[in-house]
Amino acid sequence: MPPNRKVEIPVVPLENETAVVHKAHPHDSAGQHVRGGAPYLDDLREPSGTLHLGVGMADKAAGVLRALDLATVRAAPGVVAVLTPSDIPGRNDIAPAFKDEPLFAEKEILFHGQPLFAVVATTREAARRAAVLAKIDIEGARPTITVADALVTGARVLPDYEFGRGDIEASLASAPHRLNGKFQIGGQEHFYLEGQASLAIPGEGREMHLHVSTQDPTEAQHIVARILGVPDAFVTVETRRMGGGFGGKESQACQWAAMAALGARVTGRPCKIRLDRDDDFVMTGKRHDFRADWRVGYDDSGRVKVYDVALNARCGCSVDLSLGVVDRAMFHASNAYWLEDVRILSRRLKTNTVSNTAYRGFGGPQGMIAIERVMDAIARERGIDPLDVRKANFYRHGGNLTPYNQTVEDIETLPAIVAELEASSDYRARRAAAAAFNAKSPILKKGISLTPVMFGISFTLIHLNQAGALVHVYSDGSIHLNHGGTEMGQGLFTKVAQVVAEEFGVPLDFVRITATHTGKVPNASPTAASSGSDINGMAAKIAAGQIRERMVAHAAEVWGLSPDKIELREGRAFGGNDSMSFGELAKKCRENRIQLSSAGYYKTPEISWDRAAVKGRPFFYYAFGACCAEVAIDTLTGEMKVLGADILHDVGSSLNPALDLGQVEGAFVQGMGWVTTEELVFDDQGRLTTHAPATYKIPVASDVPERFRTALHLRPNPTESIYRSKAVGEPPFMHGIAVYCAILDAIHAVKPGGQPILEAPCTPESILNAVRSLG
Amino acid sequence: MASSPTGEPPRSELTFRFRGAKRTLDTFSPRATLLDWLREEEGAKGTKEGCAEGDCGACTVVLSRWRDGRLTYEPVNSCILLLGQIDGAELLTIEDLAEGEALHPVQQAMVDLHGSQCGFCTPGIVMSLFAHYHGGAAATRASVNEALAGNLCRCTGYRPIVDAALETIDGAPKDRFALAADARAAAIRIMDDGRDLFVGDESAFFAAPASESELAALYAKHPDATLVGGATDVGLWITKRFRDMKKIIWLGRVVGLDAISEKGGSLRLGAGVTLAGATERLARIHPDLGDLMSRFGSMQVRVSGTVGGNIANGSPIGDLPPALIALGARVELRRGEASRELALEDFFLAYGKQDRAPGEYVRALLIPAPGPGQAYRAFKVSKRFDEDISAVMAAFRFDLEGRQIKSARIAYGGMAATPKRAPGAETAIGGASLDDPRTWQGARQALAKDFSPLTDMRASAAYRSEVAANLITRALTEIADADVPTRIGDLRAAE
Repeated sequence: MPPNRKVEIPVVPLENETAVVHKAHPHDSAGQHVRGGAPYLDDLREPSGTLHLGVGMADKAAGVLRALDLATVRAAPGVVAVLTPSDIPGRNDIAPAFKDEPLFAEKEILFHGQPLFAVVATTREAARRAAVLAKIDIEGARPTITVADALVTGARVLPDYEFGRGDIEASLASAPHRLNGKFQIGGQEHFYLEGQASLAIPGEGREMHLHVSTQDPTEAQHIVARILGVPDAFVTVETRRMGGGFGGKESQACQWAAMAALGARVTGRPCKIRLDRDDDFVMTGKRHDFRADWRVGYDDSGRVKVYDVALNARCGCSVDLSLGVVDRAMFHASNAYWLEDVRILSRRLKTNTVSNTAYRGFGGPQGMIAIERVMDAIARERGIDPLDVRKANFYRHGGNLTPYNQTVEDIETLPAIVAELEASSDYRARRAAAAAFNAKSPILKKGISLTPVMFGISFTLIHLNQAGALVHVYSDGSIHLNHGGTEMGQGLFTKVAQVVAEEFGVPLDFVRITATHTGKVPNASPTAASSGSDINGMAAKIAAGQIRERMVAHAAEVWGLSPDKIELREGRAFGGNDSMSFGELAKKCRENRIQLSSAGYYKTPEISWDRAAVKGRPFFYYAFGACCAEVAIDTLTGEMKVLGADILHDVGSSLNPALDLGQVEGAFVQGMGWVTTEELVFDDQGRLTTHAPATYKIPVASDVPERFRTALHLRPNPTESIYRSKAVGEPPFMHGIAVYCAILDAIHAVKPGGQPILEAPCTPESILNAVRSLG
Repeated sequence: MASSPTGEPPRSELTFRFRGAKRTLDTFSPRATLLDWLREEEGAKGTKEGCAEGDCGACTVVLSRWRDGRLTYEPVNSCILLLGQIDGAELLTIEDLAEGEALHPVQQAMVDLHGSQCGFCTPGIVMSLFAHYHGGAAATRASVNEALAGNLCRCTGYRPIVDAALETIDGAPKDRFALAADARAAAIRIMDDGRDLFVGDESAFFAAPASESELAALYAKHPDATLVGGATDVGLWITKRFRDMKKIIWLGRVVGLDAISEKGGSLRLGAGVTLAGATERLARIHPDLGDLMSRFGSMQVRVSGTVGGNIANGSPIGDLPPALIALGARVELRRGEASRELALEDFFLAYGKQDRAPGEYVRALLIPAPGPGQAYRAFKVSKRFDEDISAVMAAFRFDLEGRQIKSARIAYGGMAATPKRAPGAETAIGGASLDDPRTWQGARQALAKDFSPLTDMRASAAYRSEVAANLITRALTEIADADVPTRIGDLRAAE
């Protein structure tokens, strides 16, 4: 690519049929982002008298809290109160469902850094300084840290779960070829640039209003109410925007909201908490790390006959969201491949580490990377191009039943995407060029890979597949939009506003986007599972549609026409030879007592999931894509450079191709970080030693490959989604797996035919170890 | 406090320009950070805190100064920069860039090319690009990557940000800051009064002496004061370790301490030379030194951090010491009126302990270039290429006679509690042949006796040992045969 070539935003084929959707509108806050004018939680003007919290943390990973002497903490300058379990009017429980994690530890210590108490002080600095002064007496116990440790102790947060079909042992025994292996799949810190933050403002009586940087205001509301011992209706939570979420502000935001609310309750004053970056690393959950233990049987052409995988997930000290996360790892353990006989077993391991949580892909990436590793292993053993092995195993006619018994109806899109990318990326020629380079280069080796992604869209916890929206049209024609989804940078607010503007036939700037608020749209689902625009877009469309219908009916009445003769477009209503502005129409509606407000509600149709019976259709549809990555490694040091990434990703009839392109590119780079530089290290005492950007390395600009070509696959979604678009938040994250496989390919070049052990993330040390594992 | 050589009493208030006007501050905590002042005192919330340790760049602001006869635009991490360090500068923050509704070209391109998603890193990114916009050269992909190495974005994958930079930064700035450059420069230069700065009292102060004699006197009087070069490390003592530093002496105004000169055939870098300021001269000594400097922290760290600071804080993982020890560099120290000079490797005594008496400070570094018949290499190995701390840092200077190695200086960082030479390997490599890798084995093996590295979050002991030996191989492979590809950074994707 010439260095100054500007990337053009792709054009959605349907764009002429719509006025606002399918168009590349900039993020609604872009103009404020660039001038520092978009306020995040800590930028909000504080009510007078606001106090600040600091958190006191356990200095051991396991054991029993014998004594906690807070005298010096209480005596420290600026300290107004110290919050302990005895201050909690409600239940000391912040767990989403399983009552297994307290706000403050009372007796049992679950992990190093677990909150024990909080200081409320006049300044944030005073609170943080005081919080380290406690005398903490923990009778330490030997902590369980790693997957291997937990497999020895046998500790689980939930029972093991498996599904599949066929007689695995018999099938393996009869397979023409067999391989097995195991490898580590690292976790990942979200590293949202804005850390966790909450502001609680006490109201009258026992009311509490909070601003929370959260993907799940409803869950924050529930947990605050639980901690305060008040009905949900006494608590309101508001979220305008987050400085990044990525899953890390779903369940994980609640603890800080609850702590701030408790401080506000105890002191009667507004209380704010904003975690220091290091503390945020230590105290909040991350992507689950896994060890995949696999066996595979296959035929001469590399077609899988039987796949048996155990997904051992480090869940940490409590369940949190591990039920769904590890289930999704299982759902995606087959990725895009037909597996005749299959067993997918999961173990949810309990360790003395922070409770792992949602992270973009929600377990999917971990399940998927395992089978992609296996595809490469088969290819090496057979001496076949790994892409050909992958293609040979795609879901196909007569082989389109997933291991969880959902039939894959769309078996055409993915092979078409892969074929197109194979050609556009020049995969075969570049593979040959890499081989030629490797033949002449004893120290540096290149590798290339092309891997597919097939990601199921819907919450697998079926009841979460619902959404609400609230739309008001004011009498000047301006529109107030609210829905249950949250804005974390993905552009959800922009997309939903486009949907509403389209419905009313008005320009996008008629629609005023407002903060998510539990008092406006109740019982919302978290903004997660890539579902944001699918479900909130539908709910908003329904709400707007109801108002539109009333307005159109009124215009028809005014002009004496039938409603089907009325058209709303370009900010005006048209009927016969008459027209009036949208604002005039709104004014007339008000004067004639037409309701200009409506709540919309949507639930995803057709989906079901019976976990015990392994039956149903957990996914409304699938999103597809593929990535071709090229890397080089240094066999003396293990250093690695990503040289190229070509991506083709399926977004259906995109609601907004500019935002979707941004999601795809950003997700790839985050996925690349997950498999390369981002290493979480816990020491043998269970202390996280990579707890800041100095030691935990997410990609910077120079890590992005110079050849970085992203294209959108823009065919309408065959399933009836919002404007036939597809969810885009998570699926492209898994294009990072192509980088892992390209590194594997480069290592293979050191000793063709060998089967290296390559642990993820592929740090220089991991790569050097893999080179050495070839013998 | 003694009066300065000019005879004038020290200035007792901080002076800088902000929002188009001169500002003075005579009361502030010596350890106040610029970011806290902006957000908490000024209510300027556009600048964000992402990490409070100078590693994410969300807090980036620009300091305009008059340096070497021109107006500079230095991007700095305001989270770890001490408030006092803005003395004499014009402070520009994200709120300054747009003019009413009209966005700055860099801002407009960020909007047009969809360069923001969550937007939290965006103010810092815009400020880094704004500094690049005024850097005097058209942007290239490499220059933008370098300008952004200290700005983390978790959402976009950087591509649109880089494109926004490539589209707007043409080396000929035309914004209102450029148009007003002369007036701004004059307003900045007039603040440079050459006087010592001393805000506070004898028990707690922020001081910035204007001369070496005043620095020497002040430090001799207050050996318990903390010397601050760029605060790129000291800042973290405040934000993360809550250290109660009451007396701070900032070196940034000491005339002459940032001088670059030649002395006895060596390059002499004053301790106050910034890492950015040293880069070009070091690159002239050897391209590997230039490459090393460009991977040193980030632009924000390099424009603030000083070569003296990188030496004086004695970190076992500082990158400069091993690179310079291999060259035979020496360090100049001063205490009161007394100066002395010693070999750089002798300065590092033990972990956290240097050969530096109370009240003594690092004055300069003396760096000899490799001579004819000498081959030099320096390698940094880290998890991430840019803005990372070395797992292993190695530097070599071989004395060659034809294809034979007569002797060598070999130094490592990350392998011991201090930057350290490898005496066993140096001895063993003597007499080895460039043409016979088997003769390199002795040096590789000797490293096992030279070092017992630790396992930490950056790498295991075994990895460090293996890589340390492999870097000898890399160095000698390159010197022996220039055609073998050894630099992964030079590779491109096949087209």
